Amino acid sequence: MGLPPPEESAIEDEVEASVEAMGLYVDLSDGQLVARCRAGDQEAWNELVDRFSRYVYAIAVQAFKLPGHDAEDVFQEVFTRAYEHLHKLRDDDAIRPWLAQLTRRLCIDRLRAGAQEQPEDLVEPADVDDTIARLDDALAVHEALATLPDGCQDILDRFFAQDESYRMISEALDLPTGTIASRISRCLVKLRGELEGRNSSSTAS
Amino acid sequence: MREGDRVTPHDEEHLGDLLSALPPAPEAWVRTAKELPLARQRLDEIIERAEADEDYRRRVVTDPENALEEADVVAHAGTIQIIRRRLDGKKEEQR
Repeated sequence: MGLPPPEESAIEDEVEASVEAMGLYVDLSDGQLVARCRAGDQEAWNELVDRFSRYVYAIAVQAFKLPGHDAEDVFQEVFTRAYEHLHKLRDDDAIRPWLAQLTRRLCIDRLRAGAQEQPEDLVEPADVDDTIARLDDALAVHEALATLPDGCQDILDRFFAQDESYRMISEALDLPTGTIASRISRCLVKLRGELEGRNSSSTAS
Repeated sequence: MREGDRVTPHDEEHLGDLLSALPPAPEAWVRTAKELPLARQRLDEIIERAEADEDYRRRVVTDPENALEEADVVAHAGTIQIIRRRLDGKKEEQR
């Protein structure tokens, strides 16, 4: 088993109490979530996979342009190694860059295996750094999206991330087709407000 | 968003682009990743049995995909590597 037995601490007890009281794993910080995973909490692991699965997937298929089968192997290996080595993470809040680095390394290994052991710089696409920086921004926007009302989360995710048409969204959410565009627009304004609030508070602090 | 992270500019078109950049991973991949803790228990059982039964151990080494499927564990690069590493580790320990 990759993870050591759970350690008791005041912080973990506090997190556990709040999680049990509210059942809201989505509200946990990355660091709190990692602590819960390390304690063997299956629900926390599910949330960690949900929180980072798009990011890992996007690095594999967008930054490294891996074909489906290779991308799937890298995806599973990233989460397998994450599960096995979570106890080695020095800073629980650094799970995102740790996963990004792990994904990047495994993608390079995969490309190198297919390119007969060429040096790293010959197999890594030239714009990888820019693409990963953009995906970091995208993940931050998705995290802000998660704080909006459910209706906004759903409609924006369906339209932009899942590329659903107005008609598909209308049927899925039981909304008149003619209102979809205006709802998307209003929700984008809310999202923008949320991000600007975060940026101004991080600038002030 | 993590403290200190900033995403600019905030025009709606740019936000739309960033939302589009993270489509969902295939559901089956996500499900398999979530089942890892359970899969680890089954891998432990495979290793335990392989330690006690040399014929079974040979079968696992020769065809890990089949051993995993028999144990109802999805055979992918990660689980295959774990099983190989752990069986190799045991072999090294026994030397």
